[in-house]
Amino acid sequence: MKRLYLLAAAAAAVALAATPALAEDTITVGFTASLTGPLNVDSAGQQRGYEFWRDEVNAAGGIKAGGKSYKVKFVTYDDQSVGGRVQQLYTRLINQDKADFLFSPYSSGLTAPATVISEQYGKIMIDSGGAEEKPFETGNKYLFMVITSASHYLSGAVEALKKYNPQAKLALVYSDDPFSKAVLAAAAKQAKDAGLEVVMNESYSPSTTDFGPIVNKIVSSNADAFLGGGHYSDGATLARQMHDQKANMKWISILVAPADDKFGELGPAALGVTVPSQWELQVNYTPQFGPTTAQFAKAFQDKMHAKADYHGASGYTVGVVLQHAIEQAGSIDTEKVAAALNATDIATFFGHVKFATDAGHHGLQVAHQMVLAQWQMVDGKLGRQVIWPEDARSAPAMYPIKQQ
Amino acid sequence: MLGVLASIIDGVLVGLVYGLAAMGLTLIWGVMDVINLTHGTMIVAGMFGLYGLATALGAPPYLALPPVLIGGFLAGVALYWVAVHRMVGRPPLMSLLSTFSINLMLVGIGTGIWGTALFNVDVSLPGISMGRYTFPGAHILAAILAAVIAASLYVFLHRTRLGKAVRAVANNREAAELVGIPTTRVLAITVGFGVALAGVSGMLIGTLFPFTILSGDGYQLKSFVVTVLGGFGNPLGALMGGVALGLLEGAITPFVPVSWTLVIEFVLFVLVLIAFPGGVFSRRGAM
Repeated sequence: MKRLYLLAAAAAAVALAATPALAEDTITVGFTASLTGPLNVDSAGQQRGYEFWRDEVNAAGGIKAGGKSYKVKFVTYDDQSVGGRVQQLYTRLINQDKADFLFSPYSSGLTAPATVISEQYGKIMIDSGGAEEKPFETGNKYLFMVITSASHYLSGAVEALKKYNPQAKLALVYSDDPFSKAVLAAAAKQAKDAGLEVVMNESYSPSTTDFGPIVNKIVSSNADAFLGGGHYSDGATLARQMHDQKANMKWISILVAPADDKFGELGPAALGVTVPSQWELQVNYTPQFGPTTAQFAKAFQDKMHAKADYHGASGYTVGVVLQHAIEQAGSIDTEKVAAALNATDIATFFGHVKFATDAGHHGLQVAHQMVLAQWQMVDGKLGRQVIWPEDARSAPAMYPIKQQ
Repeated sequence: MLGVLASIIDGVLVGLVYGLAAMGLTLIWGVMDVINLTHGTMIVAGMFGLYGLATALGAPPYLALPPVLIGGFLAGVALYWVAVHRMVGRPPLMSLLSTFSINLMLVGIGTGIWGTALFNVDVSLPGISMGRYTFPGAHILAAILAAVIAASLYVFLHRTRLGKAVRAVANNREAAELVGIPTTRVLAITVGFGVALAGVSGMLIGTLFPFTILSGDGYQLKSFVVTVLGGFGNPLGALMGGVALGLLEGAITPFVPVSWTLVIEFVLFVLVLIAFPGGVFSRRGAM
């Protein structure tokens, strides 16, 4: 019995000695990633960005705040690309894994349910994977988005079209999901304001496999510009079928899918396709905090063995923004860090980051700008070039799309 | 008007390929009352077979047909021994569960190897134009090949000894056994053919559209719809069901907002089920 007391006392002493040191030296960041299911490619890109930031910060000695250095520890689960899993897993991240801060899952569909949990428990969540505005219009206090939100995705494409062909006839054909619908609803309004004619405006079921009849309908509508798509295989299939069926579009903007390098596999069908992008390798902002684009791209390639893309860059930026806020706050206290995030106004290699602070849009990104990239032939190889805005472009736009 | 005609023709072309896929599903069901839930994944396996041969090895895409056919057959026979053999004659739920679990494993392994990234096989065949509308060459050739393969299956089932044995087992397994047909071997061969058909249709679809490791779900759902339209267990009906589905998609799309296509398709589907519980093209002894 005596030995038991001794043991217990020793254990308690060890625990007392160990706990504060651990708690003070580490911050735990929790998030879910889609290791399986349809969002796997994009989610993996975002996760690489998160992990790259963690490795860089820890290698540099951690986040410095209030005279202490905090190493970053990740806790993560596979959400299987399913919205229903997200709420359970974020609850677990908060209650069982004691996450201090949260990062978003990938996609609007998964981020929206996650924000309900983060807000309920008063945890800061920084979002790089869900561009839909709705969760930011419900008075959330601890939610912040580093990327440009859905309603601005295609504004560059509309502006560019207005410049190249004010008489353009637009077909808006998009996936029936919250993100794509939000993007295209905004684009339809922007097109109207720009005086462009919308001749077709329809959504398709995400399970559509053959777009043949839809492409024929686009041809029948006499459209010469296409804006739409959705997430991944649908966007690629649309591009391929518009090419195979010789729809002769002079302009094509497709969401998400063409931002992935694998889109180049489509060969001639990829040529001329434009994609709104949160970030491209050619973008060159002068950062006030964190690495430059060149430093980021090289280090990312060396350590992660993958080419830096916009999901990786936005994921990394989430970390950079959290780090900046903690350092500014000099504390890891949620309220203090949230206040620092509200005051954030910095240039990073990813672009400018500043959050809306009014109750109706709190946490929405207001400073970052998207670019428009186009698949073009460079030295006999297909690759993306930034074509809009014009002061950031790396190549002139190809208008109309010409087959080579 | 030309646009409507173009959509209908395109729908029929693609429908033939859907029909071929559904034939694989319905053949297995017809013979042994087993629903093969690896069907979608086997379609995707055909796509990846095509990708491996055509893109990685640089062979002309259509040369992938024989290897995919043979590979599919062998995979099917293996599937029979692993997941189906002990389930034949048991409640259908058993084989549903066993093929479902095999499917989960295959998709998991596939995701591990390839991720859910996009794959595309570039097929450049001259198409046929009708006014402003174009039928891509690959669609036409895929439809022709699907029809030829379906016809060969019909000839096989009705004109060869083995084919007749397959039909005999479908009709009455005990009686077939009594007259000396090695039913276990016939069942294994049937699953082999069913999976080979799934693989080949996947290979043909792979020449039309880009795909990912998860594309199978969509085509499996299509196969179920087509199979029910055509009458469960009736391969020729499945082909007709595929054509009917393609025709419907082509005919509906020009007239209603695209998002309504599926709704109308499934409303018609339910109506068909009410009017013809056995499927539109079903008849007794179809096998």
